[in-house]
Amino acid sequence: MTSEPIIHIENVHKRFGNVHALRGVNLDVYKGEVIVIIGPSGSGKSTLLRCINRLEEFDEGRIVVDGIPLDTAANINAVRTEVGMVFQQFNLFPHLTVLENILLAQRIVRKRSKEEATRIALDLLHKVGIPDKAHNYPIQLSGGQQQRVAIARALAMNPKIMLFDEPTSALDPEMIQEVLDVMLALAREGMTMVVVSHEMGFARAAAHRAILMDDGQIVEEAPPDVLFSNPKQERTKAFLSKVLH
Amino acid sequence: MQTANPSQASPNARKTSIDQWWLLVFAVIALIVILVIAQPNPYQRILIFVQDGVWVTLRTTMISFVLVLILGLVVALARLSKLWLLRGIFTIYVEIIRGIPVLVQLLFWYFAFPPIIQNLGTSLNSPALINYKADPNFMAILGLTICYAAYMSEVYRAGIQSIPKGQMEAARSLGMTYFQAMRYVILPQAIRVILPPVGNEFITLLKDTSLISVVAVSDLTRRGREFMASNFIPIQPWIMVSLLYLVMTLISARVVHYIEQKTKIER
Repeated sequence: MTSEPIIHIENVHKRFGNVHALRGVNLDVYKGEVIVIIGPSGSGKSTLLRCINRLEEFDEGRIVVDGIPLDTAANINAVRTEVGMVFQQFNLFPHLTVLENILLAQRIVRKRSKEEATRIALDLLHKVGIPDKAHNYPIQLSGGQQQRVAIARALAMNPKIMLFDEPTSALDPEMIQEVLDVMLALAREGMTMVVVSHEMGFARAAAHRAILMDDGQIVEEAPPDVLFSNPKQERTKAFLSKVLH
Repeated sequence: MQTANPSQASPNARKTSIDQWWLLVFAVIALIVILVIAQPNPYQRILIFVQDGVWVTLRTTMISFVLVLILGLVVALARLSKLWLLRGIFTIYVEIIRGIPVLVQLLFWYFAFPPIIQNLGTSLNSPALINYKADPNFMAILGLTICYAAYMSEVYRAGIQSIPKGQMEAARSLGMTYFQAMRYVILPQAIRVILPPVGNEFITLLKDTSLISVVAVSDLTRRGREFMASNFIPIQPWIMVSLLYLVMTLISARVVHYIEQKTKIER
């Protein structure tokens, strides 16, 4: 790990009307690190993740991604091409085939030729284990397959960082592992990842740090084994007692 | 209208109902033909007299509708904008237009707008503006477009807002600009949603073009009235004019239905 963080979050505040969703969050993420964020619903973990690629605007503070501060529109778009995002609801484009889903941004944002973009897309579909679904529409795929396409779509942009917003929460239990396997493989390749998820198994296997958020703040951060088995803060203990069994 | 369209339950029933609708179109056309052959005086004379009006009605509808589709989208995007001034201006435009009858708007553009420009020309001392004259066809298309664009923008807006927020977020997170996301992700999906109401707007616009007959445009309705006035027969011109409108609206409805079915299957 180098000394310069690839994501630098400094005293970030976010309000939704009267709700103070983020209350001064500070976090540095280094290249190649995998961070898992846990916490009760409404704790601000998804909001924090969405601030990193500015899907959510923040009211105070500073976020710098790969040396680019998130301030001007041009910078925000530059950051978004470096940061891939995977959503809880997959958000595949239903009017396009799997292949077209992966081609679209490559063609119009990265300006790749059709041949090059197609080659990259097919390679990625192979990597996520569904090379035979290229010409299907998203609705014809299972949830797990859709989420793997969504990961491939994000990876096609060659992001330096991948954000995962509860990627397995909308999946049937038997499909969770196939998505986690893809994420694990990605982590082993050295991808910088910030993952909002309660999948403790994934956290233990892949994460360098686990973070507990509550009430818009980071309560505790530690290596996942330490955080899960030996938490220091009462709030962490209380939360884990509800999640672990 | 619904009686001719019985059960939608099985595909077979739907197929028959489509055929029945086309049958209705052909029945109306056949009725026109029969009237013209059986009673050439006055029906053939009416048909010959009003045929240029049919063309004017169709031309006005087509040109206005294309402009409405473009302007309506611009207004809808402006109303969804984050810039409050832009949003405010176009919200006021839509609210004002929707609150004034189309006929009154057409009268305004034809009668009130030219003298306003001429007076402006007098105070600015500009001969070009003082000699401004309104072309009835142009003013009619202008009036219909400005009015219907306001209606159409609401159709677009509803369609765009019916697409889940996650679609825009996914597109933006891949680095697309707002307009790229609209063009490639949101609008292709929204168009499928709004196709039926857009088709209805077309048919309503086609019928509302009859209002331009009061602002010196020789459309189908005006030609019908002229025939009535010069021949002193009140009944037959309106039978023929009604049948001609019916042919146009029924065929339009069939075309809209056909496009709807086609885009549905693609899904």
